[in-house]
This record gives sequence, C-alpha cells and structure tokens, in this order.
Amino acid sequence: MISFALDEEQTMIRDSLQGFARDVLAPGARAIDEAGVVPDDIIRQGWDFGLIAAAIPEAYGGGGMARSSITNAVALEALGGGCASQGAAIMAPGQFVGALIDFGSEEQKAEYLPRFAGSVPVAASLALQESQFGFAAESERTTALRSGNGWVVSGEKRLVPLGDRAEVFLVMARDVDTGETAAFIVPREAAGLTVSAESGSMGLKPLPQARVTLADVELPGSAKVAVDAQKLVNQARVGAAALAVGVSRQATDFAIPYAKERVAFGEPIGKKQSIAFMLADMHIECEAMRWMVWKAASLLEHDDPGAAKASVLAQDYVRRKAVKIADDALQIFGGHGFIRELPLEMWLRNARTLTVLDGPVSV
Amino acid sequence: MADFRFSAIDQQILDKVVEVGESTTRHTRYYEDHEHETPPDRLEGERGFEEVFPLFGQREPGDTPMMTLMMAVSIARGSTSGVVRGLGLAMPQGRASGLGNAALQSAGTPEQKAKWGNLFLAMSITEPGVGSDTKAIQTTARLDGDEWVINGDKIFVTDGVKADGAIVWATIDKSAGRAGIKSFLVLKDAPGFKLVRQEKKLGIRASDTAAYAFVDCRVPRDALLGGDETVPKDGGSAGYKGVMKTFNMTRPAVASGGVAKAKGALEFAKAEMAKEGVEVDWGKSFRNRSAVEQKLIEMEADTEAAALTVLHAAWLSDVKQPNNLESSVCKAKGGEVCRTIPQAAMDVLGGMSVSHDHLVEKFLRDGRISDIYEGTGQIQRLIIAREILGYSSEELT
Repeated sequence: MISFALDEEQTMIRDSLQGFARDVLAPGARAIDEAGVVPDDIIRQGWDFGLIAAAIPEAYGGGGMARSSITNAVALEALGGGCASQGAAIMAPGQFVGALIDFGSEEQKAEYLPRFAGSVPVAASLALQESQFGFAAESERTTALRSGNGWVVSGEKRLVPLGDRAEVFLVMARDVDTGETAAFIVPREAAGLTVSAESGSMGLKPLPQARVTLADVELPGSAKVAVDAQKLVNQARVGAAALAVGVSRQATDFAIPYAKERVAFGEPIGKKQSIAFMLADMHIECEAMRWMVWKAASLLEHDDPGAAKASVLAQDYVRRKAVKIADDALQIFGGHGFIRELPLEMWLRNARTLTVLDGPVSV
Repeated sequence: MADFRFSAIDQQILDKVVEVGESTTRHTRYYEDHEHETPPDRLEGERGFEEVFPLFGQREPGDTPMMTLMMAVSIARGSTSGVVRGLGLAMPQGRASGLGNAALQSAGTPEQKAKWGNLFLAMSITEPGVGSDTKAIQTTARLDGDEWVINGDKIFVTDGVKADGAIVWATIDKSAGRAGIKSFLVLKDAPGFKLVRQEKKLGIRASDTAAYAFVDCRVPRDALLGGDETVPKDGGSAGYKGVMKTFNMTRPAVASGGVAKAKGALEFAKAEMAKEGVEVDWGKSFRNRSAVEQKLIEMEADTEAAALTVLHAAWLSDVKQPNNLESSVCKAKGGEVCRTIPQAAMDVLGGMSVSHDHLVEKFLRDGRISDIYEGTGQIQRLIIAREILGYSSEELT
C-alpha cells in the first residue's frame, strides 16, 4: 500500500538525529570545514546512536533490527540537515557493514560484523571511485584476476571515505574473466595495498578521503563477497542523495528568515516575488526530492524489481535539484553568500560533491 | 510504514483503468477535429468502468487508502489516449460531478445540498478582467425583496454548456473586498441568464468551456450558498473561505490531470523510441548514456516526482492531516510537468511527433491547461511562499 508514514522507531530516530544535527553538527560545521578534519569526538557521538550496529544480527552482537534502507535514508537526511561532512564521516562505515549484512557469507559476517557491534567507532570503507574522468561504476578499471583459489586485485581507488583509518575495505573491481563488477574484502594490512593522502576536495572537505592503491594484492577466495553490484552501487547513490536532501532543506530553512530580514528598496526581499518564488520552488523540490529518495530506498529495501530504476531516478532528480537549491540559497544572500563566514558556499560545495560522487554513505 | 508499492489488487485496478481508457483510442482524433460534438454514451468498441468497479470490492483494509488510490487512478486514466469525457477528474461519479458540486458539498447548507445535490453544477468565478485575483470580482448581486439580482459577465466556465447551472461568485458589497464575495447557485432557466458562447480551445476539447452573461438575473434568496448574508468587517468571510477550502480537495485532483498528461507523453515516447532501438538501461551510469536516454530519464524522474507530491497530498487527507500547503506543492508540480514533459517527448520523438497520425501532440495541448486552471503555477507559488515565509495575502502579493 502507498504510505508516507514513518513508524514509531523511525520517527524517534529522525527526531533525535535532527536534534543532534541542530545542536551539535550545525554549530561546529564551519570550524570543522575550515580545519578540514572531523573530530574523533563527533564520530564517537554519532556512533553512540547505534545506527550502524542496529541492523547487525544479534548472533554477531548487533541490535538485531531489520536492515532498513528507508530508516537509513531518514537518518541521512536528518544528519545532512546539520552537516553533510560530519554526517558522512559518521555513517561511512555503514557502507561496509550494510554490504556484509546484505551479501556476505556466514563466515564473512562472523569474521567482520562483531567488531562493528561494540561501543567504540570502527572505520571501514567502500572503495568505489577511480581516477579517470567519466568514471562509471559498471565499467571499473580496477581488475580482479583469478589465481588458483584466490584473486589478484590491481588498480587505484580514489576519494575513499575514511581511507586514512579504515581497518578494512570493500574494494569494487571488474572480474577480468566475466567482465562483471565484483567486491572484495581487503584488510588494510594486505600486501600491496598502500593508502596515501588526497590533494583535498571541493566539498565534504573534513570527511577523511584517501587514495588507495592496490598493486597485485593477493586475496584468498573467501575475500570475494557475492554482491549484487548494481544494488550495492544504488544503495550508495541513494545514500548520497538522502544526505543532499538534508543539505537542501537546511539551505532553504536558512534562507527563509534572511529573506524576511533583509531589506532592499524599502521592503524585505521576501516580499518580492522573484525571491519569494525561488523560496517556494526550493520548498517544493525539497519535498519532491524526499519522496523520490524514500521511494528508491523503500524499493531497495524490499528488493522490488523497480528498485534499480527508482534509484537512478532519485539520483538524477536530486542531482539536478539539490545543487540548484544550494545555489539559489547562496544567490538570495548575494555577496554574503560568497563569504565563508556564512555556510551558503559550504552547502553549495557539499551539494555539488554529494550529487556527483556515487555516495560516501549508503542506505 | 512508508511504502511505495501498490498491492496486487490495486495494481490490477490501475492496469484495468488503462485498458478501459485505451479502448476508445481510435475515436479520439475524430473528437479532436469535431470539438463541439459530444461523444455518445458508448462508442463502438468502448469498454466501461463497470469492468473496474467490481475490483474495488476485492480491496482490503491494508490496501492504499482511498483518496491516494483515486489520485493514482486519475493519473492512470488521464495518461491513456482514449476519448476523454469531462475533465477526467478521478472516477466518474454520475451527473453530479461538476466543480460546482464540490463547492455545494463543502459550503452548502443541508437544505441546499438536498435540493440541488443531484444537479450537474459548474463553477463560475473568472471574469473577462479578473482571473487569479478573485477578490477583484466585478459581478454584483443585490437583494431585491426575496430575490437576488445578479449583473455581470463570466468566462471560462468549465462544463458550463452541459451543466444544469453554476455556482456563481458575485459581490454583495464591493467596498468590503473579499468579505463581500458570495456564491450563488444559478440555474440556467433563471430569468436574465444567458449562455453567450462555447469557447474553442488548444486542448481538453471534450470538456466544454462557456461564457455567461447575467443581466438583471433573478434567483431566489436561498440561492446564496451557505445562507450567510452578512459582510464581516475583519476582512475574512466564512463563505469565501468555505469555497476556497474546495480547492484543497480539488487541487490534487487537477494536479493528477497534469501528471497524467506528462505520463501519457512519456510512455508514448518510451514505447516508440524502444521500437527504434533506444531504451534506457537502468544499469548504466550518467556518463555511459546517450543524450536521448538521459532525456528520457529526466522526463521520468520529473514525472515521478510530481506524481509522488500528488499522492502525498492525497495521503495526508486520507490520514486526516492538513494538506493545504501540500495541495499547492502538488499543483505546482503537476502544472510544471504537464508543460515540460510533453514538450520533451516531442524533442525525443522528432518531427513526426507533430503529425495527426499520432496523439502525442494532444498530450501537449491537453496538458497545458493544468498549469492555469484551479490556480496557476504562479498562484501556487504565492500560496507556498506566504505559508513558508509567514506572510498574509496582503503582505505578499
């Protein structure tokens, strides 16, 4: 049945994360963006909400709740409404954990999931993005070659979230024999794997991102995770879109009081249709984007045959609308929007980043 | 919990609505070319809603709530290329399904509902010089003994030719602005009423559009909808608000009509381009798509987003939550995609899309009105902006 209702649990998660985003993430966002580092304390506070451990089965020490993409979408929108960079840093390990819950074998789950069920934050990453322009998740250049019972993985992954600290990576690579995209668990200490710093990035600046080079990394057969690669990538796309919806809502809600305050030609600019209509459109698209993201997340959650399509549609819609909203919010502030004292330029950088990357977070 | 899947039976209903809607497609062009001819009750080969109704009996309490499903039905119905009778708002509800009937039901007294409830009533608001700014209405009503005397001109009366009468907006006190505006039920046999003409239009030709003149037109005193003859001094008016409330119910329905035309054009473009070997591959990233694939994706995303805002506004009314703001949001989106998507479909299809061999040009012509009637896209944005900025209608004009 069609319903837009959140259940009690989801409402609680949304409300508490909105409070956290408003009271903790948003006030620190500018200083953290300038410093370029998300403080460990923020990651710990985020971890304490138990968002990542919640869906780990009880057998592996987790919360044993149903794995819910729509709950994750709601959580990501709430966090994105405070600070997308900090939200991404908090939720990034969920990409690895979610993939193992969804696709991992019993052995893989038993080996890796328990360490994410504790009270101390553990970093892990999905290594997806590559160096080439025109990167497409379905045609990666990182290769996986069969070797006896194992695999040899080679290539370079870029902008890997939490790459500086991840204990373990889920590396996406093209199976040379079949041409299909496969996923491999690669421990940080694997021979041939090196992590180096990135030059920096336009948006999500304080989210630790690293370059991960794999030079003929030899992996056992058990390292391969039987992923549905398309679903896994779509979970990441919709995750990024959910964060971007939060950014959009935040920018809209920030511009509204300013438009009522700022006077030009004798009246608040909010009383001029050119500004009022921009704000109306921003509100309209925040709503429309949210339902697109929820639908995609919900269909992914239910493994509905329409999930791939809904994910592409949500990603495409948010790509176009979220950047425009952040950009229009900046425009309403004029020159003030361009000055780093206010968050507008940061939101534009973050909205653009979230809508061009295939997600540093997943639903 | 949030869910975006129709149950098997609801999907069956939606599929059946499309099947039935397509059954008259071969007659559609004829009625485009003969716009003042009313199609007979049953066209050759026409399948009717009697095929759909029994399916409703199989629905269960856990299925999509009724208003939400009706909006989905309306989108499905309007996306087909069969002959459209009337506005195609949701399901046909018999004769008493005019826009004026909605006003009567929401603002009429019990006596008025009982007396006129089975008539087909149009809604007559717009004047030659007054559109969206309804408080500027010039048509007057003056009490003379036990009768109201109405004078003025009205245009754009939807279904005004085939209706039995109309709910007519007129002011009883011009100096009072909005507070002086009242609704009157005028039947066509009222002395001084004149049906001036039937308009010729870009689209929605099956829905007649009338112009009326009222020259000392006399209606009984109890023809004032709601019965309140007072003019409040605070600027508000219960009667006016009562009629405006009608729009919170009808805006999602009209928005669904706009989404329907977008969907119709989109589905046509997808099907025809697939025959030419161009189909969206949902596994391909942005950078691996052709321009046409990307355009089809953007069209589908826009249509889907608009549809979801319509379903959301309807769902709110199903769960008894206010939906004023959301009704305007969905009307703005429905109005947007009814224009952009048929236009884009023709971009994708190329030159032959203008030919009368096909009906895709009809989706553009029929859809276009959805961003105008029931409040233009600009009026919806005004309403939304006032709401989110906390401005009154005087503060933000």
